[in-house]
Amino acid sequence: MDPLTELDRRDEDLLRPPPPVRRILVDEQPTIVQPPPGGAPVAGTSGIAAAPGVRRAEPSPAPKVERMRAEAVSIAYGEKLAVDQVTIPVRQGEVLALIGPSGCGKTTLLRSFNRLVELTPTATRGGRITLDGEDIDRIEVTDLRRRVSMVFQQPNPFPMSVFDNVAYALREQGSRRPRRDSLQEPVADALLRAGLWDEVGSTLDHPALRLSGGQQQRLCIARALAARPEVLLLDEPCSALDPRSTQVIEELILRLREEVAVVIVTHNMQQALRIADHVGFMYLGELVEYGPAEQVFGSPREQRTREYVAGAFG
Amino acid sequence: MSATAQRAPALPARTATAPRDSVRAWPLRDRIGYFCAWSAGLALIAIAGSIVVYMAFRGAQYFDLSLLFESPNAEIDQSASGGFKDPLIGTAMLLVMSTAMAAPLGVAIAVWLTEYGRPAGLARAVESAIEIVAGTPSIVLAMFGLILFQEWFGFLTFDAEGSTLGRSFIAASAMMSLIALPLVVGATREALNAIPRHVREASYALGKTKAATIRRVLLPAARPGIGTGAALGMGRVAGDTAIVVVLLGSTLQIVNGTDGGIDGLFRGTGSTLTSYVYLNSPAGEGLAPEKAYFAAFVLMVLVIILNFVVTRLARGRKPLWTR
Repeated sequence: MDPLTELDRRDEDLLRPPPPVRRILVDEQPTIVQPPPGGAPVAGTSGIAAAPGVRRAEPSPAPKVERMRAEAVSIAYGEKLAVDQVTIPVRQGEVLALIGPSGCGKTTLLRSFNRLVELTPTATRGGRITLDGEDIDRIEVTDLRRRVSMVFQQPNPFPMSVFDNVAYALREQGSRRPRRDSLQEPVADALLRAGLWDEVGSTLDHPALRLSGGQQQRLCIARALAARPEVLLLDEPCSALDPRSTQVIEELILRLREEVAVVIVTHNMQQALRIADHVGFMYLGELVEYGPAEQVFGSPREQRTREYVAGAFG
Repeated sequence: MSATAQRAPALPARTATAPRDSVRAWPLRDRIGYFCAWSAGLALIAIAGSIVVYMAFRGAQYFDLSLLFESPNAEIDQSASGGFKDPLIGTAMLLVMSTAMAAPLGVAIAVWLTEYGRPAGLARAVESAIEIVAGTPSIVLAMFGLILFQEWFGFLTFDAEGSTLGRSFIAASAMMSLIALPLVVGATREALNAIPRHVREASYALGKTKAATIRRVLLPAARPGIGTGAALGMGRVAGDTAIVVVLLGSTLQIVNGTDGGIDGLFRGTGSTLTSYVYLNSPAGEGLAPEKAYFAAFVLMVLVIILNFVVTRLARGRKPLWTR
């Protein structure tokens, strides 16, 4: 099809009222892969993949394995619909970034993957979420959360030593057993994978809350990795950190995607561009667009994505 | 040329010539208010200072360390009436026993209120109950305790050859713990509420149960708050007189409640620094005002130390986490 005709058709599509229930067919190839007509991207409409100073990470060579999948998931707080019929896969070997304006439901969606959303008394969920093909509602919740772990926006080490913070994730419910020596190795391993071992390896008995903000956040990642989860959920993990710590954590995330499926919620468009392999753009609870990062940022299919992505880059 | 552009250079000059803090430039009403605020503060310092200075002076005047190590005797002759070793031990016993009762109970109530608190009606009822206990005068608690320990818990009290008096260290400590309880609950709740929600969620997100989260994360984080509440409660317990006079009796010496042994000590009666001061002061039997002064001085030092502990626990404690 001729590119100009194509554009016309898309505009007509946008003028039509949206269908009542939207579904993104996630495994479908993007319908438009060529750049917009006219060669150079039109300012304010698209073409931010070439934003200056933002370097895309190389895709991971690791094979991609689907670990989780949300199917037609809707979540409401009381009467208010926060997530509307979202279908999205989560794969090991890649980073999935959820982007969108505040209140678009991306954090709610993230918190439904480990059923943390259930802590809100008014929350109700429809649809199905699977972990390795198994419905997460059928998995014991403490078990699920060991397999799908989470890192929060604010660093939140527990008021105990560095060692105990990581060991806490490995111990049975609150008990001090198993013995410390048997935990030595897995704790060291988790700290190593979180890139923190070199800094805290000799001071494992120091209080975790004395670490710097960036170190605290990496300790939280180590803690989340300790139980060898299949999926790692990150809720704006860098928003409370300085640029240097942010860079360290981004590099860490890129390394981790090979061994664990990573989902990150972020407000920072550059960050999504730097580290994401796939991007889901959410708006008012809907998953408006899902696709490879270069496509969502470079040539978004949807007008709303284009406006958000362009606006976010100024 | 606009007006703002002309005014702009004049602004720094004016603020430079007129000192901001010159009280003389204030309206009269403000100056009166300012003066009142200053004098109220100074008056408070004067009152607190004169109490401390007077008590220190009296304490120094009758200073006699041997009084701390002698048991009191019922003698008119003051050279033979002994010191206040027993009241000192009595105060220590009451502090330990009442805190041992109030702290676990208070922490449990605070945890239930902040972490569970359902049904909401029951939580409100518990809150009201704490406020009622906190607002009840200690003499009322003492009378209530007397009935309680005479009617139902006589086996925990002093046994005077078959007749139950309802008095013992256990009885006094139990009622004293009600004085400390609201302070422990309040300080613990405050400490628990200061822990951001995401810290609890981080523990749940590691697959931990609520019970494990409370035990291993929340209570350790609330420990300084619990300590503050306990120390505040101890200060109140050390200073209370009504419960001691009613429930511990007015025997100056510690009297074993049974034929002997440790259970007899707890079931026994005795005195504390407060009841010793009361009984020896001119308000009581007035037999030994100078010993009462020194005992009062010791009591004051004890309470000041407890308050110092509270301040130290509370000071410089910045939040562990960002919300």
